[in-house]
Amino acid sequence: MNARMREPRGRLILTILLALFLSVVPLPAWADLVRPAFLVLTVLYWSIAAPRAGGIALGWIAGLALDIFQGAVLGQHALALSLVTYIAVREHQKIRSKPVFQQSLIVMAELFIYQFIVFAIDGWTGHTLYGPLHWLQILTSALIWPIAAALLGRSHAPR
Amino acid sequence: MAAYGLGATNRRLTGHGSAPGFRFTLYAIVSIVVMVLDQRGGWLNEARFLLQAAAYPLQLAVSSPSAAWAWIKESTQTREALRAENERLRQRVSELALRALNYEGLARENSQLRGLSHALPPIADRWLIGEIVNVELTTLRQRLLINRGTTNGVFEGQAVLDDWGLLGQTIHTGPWSTEVILVTDPEHAVPVQIERTGLRTIAVGAGNEGTLALPYLPANADVKVGDLLVTSGLGGVFPAGYPVARVAEVHRDAVQPLAQVRAVPLARIDRDREVALVWFNDERTKNPDIQPQPTPPHPPAPATAAPPVSTAAPEAPAKATAAPAATEAPKGKAKAAPAPKAPPKPAPQDEAEDAVK
Repeated sequence: MNARMREPRGRLILTILLALFLSVVPLPAWADLVRPAFLVLTVLYWSIAAPRAGGIALGWIAGLALDIFQGAVLGQHALALSLVTYIAVREHQKIRSKPVFQQSLIVMAELFIYQFIVFAIDGWTGHTLYGPLHWLQILTSALIWPIAAALLGRSHAPR
Repeated sequence: MAAYGLGATNRRLTGHGSAPGFRFTLYAIVSIVVMVLDQRGGWLNEARFLLQAAAYPLQLAVSSPSAAWAWIKESTQTREALRAENERLRQRVSELALRALNYEGLARENSQLRGLSHALPPIADRWLIGEIVNVELTTLRQRLLINRGTTNGVFEGQAVLDDWGLLGQTIHTGPWSTEVILVTDPEHAVPVQIERTGLRTIAVGAGNEGTLALPYLPANADVKVGDLLVTSGLGGVFPAGYPVARVAEVHRDAVQPLAQVRAVPLARIDRDREVALVWFNDERTKNPDIQPQPTPPHPPAPATAAPPVSTAAPEAPAKATAAPAATEAPKGKAKAAPAPKAPPKPAPQDEAEDAVK
């Protein structure tokens, strides 16, 4: 968690790929509804813990990858994810110093913004609109944040 | 943007020379430009093609757990199970062979009756079997990824079938992989005809239930549970006469002008492991490695020869042009494919109007 330590680029790429895998691996319908947004969580973690390693470019590229995998309009998730990454990078010091519970709330707010942009673009491009149940993954993502953050923290800063 | 003080501290922290606000604005503009280009006119087809190629290895990795599970299940099957399956398949082959004989006789008879023995093009010139790499069956997206791409001659907007009926059409192609949008996807619509009466309408995917809806049928339309829906050949993507679905539920409400009809697709979407891509002519095959095989000339299903019920006169020219449109498909269709709903849209309104009159 130290800003002065060597940038954990390798770990970053590895965990991002893993999160992408978890985000697109096919699941039954009910599990898909509550599947946490693993990729967004991972990108958020790295923008808070090591804002210099990835930065907004990380969010944009990860979003573009999600666009490809989900066959969405190119740039949809890229825009949403780069916005939340920007917020996280800008406020990383404040977020980092908060207790985990408050971090979860912040993550929830970020995911709300993210989903809102994704849904708005879906509506604008004439795709099917998501039902209210699709907001559930914000909740599950916020719940899983402490675990995800702890695991990711272990991965790059063993103490 | 806002908060200059924060921007200054971050410039030092992020150390890339420009403030994150500036860079975010840059990325946002790029995203929006990309979205507009992708949405309007598909100017990014080349880029999408490359990206799809780059994504294919990871997509294969994503599908590996289920593939491994299928492999384990298959290799631990007992001898009896295999024998039973073999028996079932043998029965089916003989059944299909008999039916094929029947078809040939009907085709000859039909062409004699019409006096057009060489004028009718075969419905499917070529086909290619593709393996399903990845399945996405969620509420809002019913898609498949198959292991055939443009190197095998696959193009966007190509009809995809399985042994039982129509499955969907290709939507994004990569060099080695292709995304298929299923008929049950809520963004997909297929022009169909009720086999019994010849009535044409549009079948729209209903998403999670794995069913199709026929939202444009007037309440007094002649449709019954058990009716077979076949492709009408309008729109040029699908050849005419392929079975699509069977009507499972008809609900008529006195206050509503339209009937609510649900149909279950004949294609075994959740059980398929292989699908067939269909060509209407020979021009699209490019790669000598894996070539589609020629199929025997396919006679048109006898039922589609029945005259359409209500809109015979205005529709007749459209029917006649359906075949040339289909053969022209490789270039013209690439445009239409990203929005499968677009071409068939006008038809249901016409029909509804006719019914009102």
